[in-house]
Amino acid sequence: MVDYCIQVSKISKRYRIGLEQQVPDTFVEAITEWVSRPIKNYRRLRKLTQFDNKYSDERDNIVWALRDISFNVKPGEVVGVIGKNGAGKSTLLKVLSRITHPTSGQVELLGRISSLLEVGTGFHPELTGRENIYLNGTILGMTKAEIDLKFEEIVEFSGVKRFIDTPVKFYSSGMRVRLAFSVAAHLEPEILLIDEVLSVGDAAFQKKSLGKMEEVSKEGRTVIFVSHNMGAVRSLCSRGLLLENGTLTKDGDVDQVINYYLSNKDVSTAGRLGWTETDAPQVKELILFGIELLSETGEVRTTFQIDEGFEIRVQYEIREEIRNLRLYLRLKTTMGETVFATYEDTTIREGFNRKPGKYTAICKIPSNLLNDLTYRIFIGFDSPGYKVLIPGKEYLEVDIIDTSDGYRYIKGAFDGPIRPVLKWEVENQ
Amino acid sequence: MEKKTRKSIRELPRIIINNDNGIKKLINLRELWQYRDLFWFLVKRDIKTRYAQSIIGVGWAVIQPVFSMIIFTVVFGNIAKIDSEGIPYAIFSYSALVPWTYFSSSLTDSSRSLISSKNLITKVYFPRLVIPIAPVLAKLIDFGISFLILIGMMVWFGIMPSIWAAFIPLFILIMMLTAAGAGMWLTALAIQYRDVQYGSNFFIQLLMYISPVIYPASNVPDKFQLLYALNPMVGVIEGFRAVLLGTHSMPWFYIGVGSASAFVLFISGVLYFRHMERYFADVA
Repeated sequence: MVDYCIQVSKISKRYRIGLEQQVPDTFVEAITEWVSRPIKNYRRLRKLTQFDNKYSDERDNIVWALRDISFNVKPGEVVGVIGKNGAGKSTLLKVLSRITHPTSGQVELLGRISSLLEVGTGFHPELTGRENIYLNGTILGMTKAEIDLKFEEIVEFSGVKRFIDTPVKFYSSGMRVRLAFSVAAHLEPEILLIDEVLSVGDAAFQKKSLGKMEEVSKEGRTVIFVSHNMGAVRSLCSRGLLLENGTLTKDGDVDQVINYYLSNKDVSTAGRLGWTETDAPQVKELILFGIELLSETGEVRTTFQIDEGFEIRVQYEIREEIRNLRLYLRLKTTMGETVFATYEDTTIREGFNRKPGKYTAICKIPSNLLNDLTYRIFIGFDSPGYKVLIPGKEYLEVDIIDTSDGYRYIKGAFDGPIRPVLKWEVENQ
Repeated sequence: MEKKTRKSIRELPRIIINNDNGIKKLINLRELWQYRDLFWFLVKRDIKTRYAQSIIGVGWAVIQPVFSMIIFTVVFGNIAKIDSEGIPYAIFSYSALVPWTYFSSSLTDSSRSLISSKNLITKVYFPRLVIPIAPVLAKLIDFGISFLILIGMMVWFGIMPSIWAAFIPLFILIMMLTAAGAGMWLTALAIQYRDVQYGSNFFIQLLMYISPVIYPASNVPDKFQLLYALNPMVGVIEGFRAVLLGTHSMPWFYIGVGSASAFVLFISGVLYFRHMERYFADVA
């Protein structure tokens, strides 16, 4: 008989989201609305925890974040959970880590479980590094005695030894993250749940944490790892679970699951955003109809190989002549740092006033420029010196992955936000 | 090696996660015991960070009851001339303000605790009960400091405590149970209905008027005495006055009724909190 250390049987999780508010359009309605508002609010808030149909009506929005998920994990397995945003990956981890309860179904866990849903949870700025190690460690499930034993090691790994008795508020954000990760990395649960920790911190730190993860998984500990970073999932995990709209659609060898996922991404919502006149971002003069990510072969996608270029297409319509129109695009990291900014230069080339009409602006991103990371595409329109038209916003996410069979030490995410391929010359003297 | 792993797997704790809500699951003492260190670190955090970066520091623990005492003595003692059972109004009111300030401030902290720990409860699992209970313990430091001032005042006024002062730990326990019980109720409600957070400050202020802080309990008409005694703080405050100032004999009636209602409040608070606990991360 195999002893499973995680047995998930038919768990489902239901949420209620954004119950719409009606907007009154007459004075009388506004008054009655004002009077009845507390009752409505009460029902609305009450419904957050009640799912019976007593107060239900059409506007209720029940979302099944997870639906009938079942799987078993053997001790020592390293399982990667992949899927689009909103597919239920984080909810699954929240259920496994007991942060939230499943609506139905059951999970049986064997052994201590710890989750790194975000490093540094519970850090208090007024407390010193030392005090925060103890506080954070106990929050993550260690006892004081265990922390005492590992204290030196934790401090050593974090590299903030000199400041260990300084309040954490005086730390740089990098130091804080290092200390937090160091505490988390020294947990010794039998089951470890990790969500996107690798997206925290700079690339050097990410690399260090990835190394630590690798170490942990080799120690025979069971790990459930959720990430958007396909490269990391591929290199750490042996088994993959694919979640789509709250259901488990694929469970098996990690390479197979990732390949299946990458080739079956739902194109209409993933690499393309399109709007109609009613819901598009717009102002009087200008309307943004769509944004697409296109591969060199013309497919709409969100994931591109590192040695593959792609295009960002922005469709807009000018409805009234605009002076000095500027379409700006920023590529940002998931931490919100801008990697670069670029501007559509039609105004410079074709004159100060842009004529009404429908346009598609195409920005070509060359191959071998970006790193093995997830980026966000931020787009906005303004007319410098006059006004903001459509304020900038992050619209799409693009994953750049390195799945090449390259030499392993020069593969994957490098330090820094970009990873250009540059020409080197070596002279032998 | 292989054998060792096998063996240790059998010894591992088994955790079942589902949507059942049996009474056994409601109070999991073993788990609370496992997390005792976390509890103490949270208490320590509350103590250490409360007066961080302030000039007067822990002096704030004294300022609130002392200034209230001065104002009460002027307004209620000298102007309104409220009966203070034959002892100076200043110490009459201060002896009530010491437990009252503890109660109101720990209840305030406790009722806000879940909302202010929002980032914890949505990210990590640990027994949530420690959150509202930690501030109730942390505030004991403030209580201790303001209690020392009370002792100083007794020396100044030449008042000797009675032998019954041995009961003070009981009074402290009652007021802790009351603060924790009410705190668990309020914080579990407030995380879903924020009105409770906005209202609870005001509510706590009103509670002072149904506690014998500015007047003696004996001023309450006889027909309301039983109702009045249901407020556990009546027993606590009257108890403090009886044993420290000797204003009257031990108010067993208030203490008895108050202990019972404090106990009911605490147990029902734990049960309600545990019942609502699984929704906290979803509604926070």
